[in-house]
Amino acid sequence: MDELLLPFQYDYMNKAIFAATFIGAVCAMLSSYLMLKGWSLIGDALSHSIVPGVAAAYMIGAPYVFGAFFSGLLASASMGFIKAKTKLREDAIIGLIFTSFFALGLFMVSLSPTSVNVKNIVLGNILGVSDEDIFQMVLIAGISFFILIFTWKDLMVTFFDESHAKTIGINTKFLTILFFTLLSACTIAALQTVGALLVIGLIVTPGATAYLLCDRFGQLMIVSTLIGSITCFFGAYISFFLDGATGGIIILLQTIVFIIAFIFAPKYGLVAAKRKIKQASELLRKTREGAV
Amino acid sequence: MAKFIYNPSLEVNDITVTYNNGHTAIYDASFSLSAGTICALVGVNGSGKSTLFKSIMGFVKPVKGSVTLSGMPVLTALKQNIVSYVPQAEDVDWNFPVLVEDVVMMGRFGHMNFMRIPKKKDKLAVRDALEKVGMTEYSRRQIGELSGGQKKRVFLARSIAQEGQIILLDEPFTGVDVQTELAIMKLLKQMRDEGRLMLVATHNLGSIPDFCDHTVMLNRTILDAGKTADVFTPENLEKTFGGVLRHFTLGGDELHDDDDTRSVRVITDDERPLVLYGNKTQKSAAAKKSSTANKPDADAKITTSKAEAK
Repeated sequence: MDELLLPFQYDYMNKAIFAATFIGAVCAMLSSYLMLKGWSLIGDALSHSIVPGVAAAYMIGAPYVFGAFFSGLLASASMGFIKAKTKLREDAIIGLIFTSFFALGLFMVSLSPTSVNVKNIVLGNILGVSDEDIFQMVLIAGISFFILIFTWKDLMVTFFDESHAKTIGINTKFLTILFFTLLSACTIAALQTVGALLVIGLIVTPGATAYLLCDRFGQLMIVSTLIGSITCFFGAYISFFLDGATGGIIILLQTIVFIIAFIFAPKYGLVAAKRKIKQASELLRKTREGAV
Repeated sequence: MAKFIYNPSLEVNDITVTYNNGHTAIYDASFSLSAGTICALVGVNGSGKSTLFKSIMGFVKPVKGSVTLSGMPVLTALKQNIVSYVPQAEDVDWNFPVLVEDVVMMGRFGHMNFMRIPKKKDKLAVRDALEKVGMTEYSRRQIGELSGGQKKRVFLARSIAQEGQIILLDEPFTGVDVQTELAIMKLLKQMRDEGRLMLVATHNLGSIPDFCDHTVMLNRTILDAGKTADVFTPENLEKTFGGVLRHFTLGGDELHDDDDTRSVRVITDDERPLVLYGNKTQKSAAAKKSSTANKPDADAKITTSKAEAK
């Protein structure tokens, strides 16, 4: 028993677990919107595009948030530019830009391996994060959480029926920009937890899992947030014993939850589908017998 | 419904809308409608119907002219929550995790504070609206589980809950069977009798004389606007649709041996054909459906039947 509580006796573990849980929760809230709008790939592109910025920030000793934000902005601007100038499809442009940025990031890291730990950016390592970075993560998560609490219903209407949102006086353009700003900020913050390769999991999987379990958006968001925070909590906790690979553990936990929901969800799961088919054929058989 | 603070009216005053790419979607368009009206908006695809809707809802700003809603500029009117929009079925994500009552509650958002926390009167308004469209028993269903007609009724209920006075409906009859179509028309007439103003974009020409008292004919500008009885003529329809309409003429010796030279013309844009007998159009008694097409006892009649030739 004492051994199980061991991680909580270290200050750095407490901080790491807290930060991971918090950022995981906020990313899960955002995932509820992202997966509904079919924007998951944009999140993926975003997380890869910020790598060169993070690398540059570490090289010159600036806060990594600024570097990440700058290169994220540059990536979205390049995507917009190519989209306006060519007839290429969006997925091709996203693929093109995010690999280019990611490649640049890896290249920069290889130039200066001492100042930047490539493993930390690409794979994430919440247990090795400095206090300053933890502070930045918690700050971003806190502000985003606060904003979402106040705007989640307006965001829901905007994404469900933009015309209606406009007719009731909601500024949909502002809200859309706000949403993407929060998404970028949280992606950057989550980078240190699970790494650039796996951030996409945090902003897609909890929402997708909750979608199988809920018919109402409010519930979906709560379930998604619970899945996100609980898996991040245990992911960080377990990685104390397994030494590293926090990102892998967290995303695997989320995958397990998804698979459970996929099979056992009361309404949309595989088992439920089988049961419904069985009931329907039973009913058909009974009515036939009744008719005879 | 005497509780309307503003007397619903819609005035489109000489508007021209040009998009950023230089395309002028509508030019010099003017018409006006007053309370207690159902007005059909008729025109081919690309005639500017959706642009007209967008300028009425303030999504696009005309480069010339203005739109006035109940005597107010568009943006002021939107803040008063008097405009509501019933979207086309294709524009809605039916897999979105919302229940019927959640969608109708969205109609109340404009009446709530910025946290959008429903009060008792909001819940009552939702309940009443659902009852009015006959969807109470479905209120806990996810919207994707409904039939085409039920989906339409949910969005109508949202307009009612919103207390919308000027309601824009985009193709309310697509994917809806005849029974439901009649039910929706009945509902719209009820809403008209409460003093609301409805503008209905529809391809369903055959049903227009049955439930629209006014008609606006659009082809990038207003070709004609006014009472359906005056405006909804074969000449105007030809002008509005050019060669796009399906047009069948049945008549003369093809139909009968006597020397009656009148012919039956069937005109359809897309769905229900409009059947003309003689050369004039006239609003038919609503009860006379389908069977009257074969009875040459009246001089001029419009009657309707679901399109078979598509």
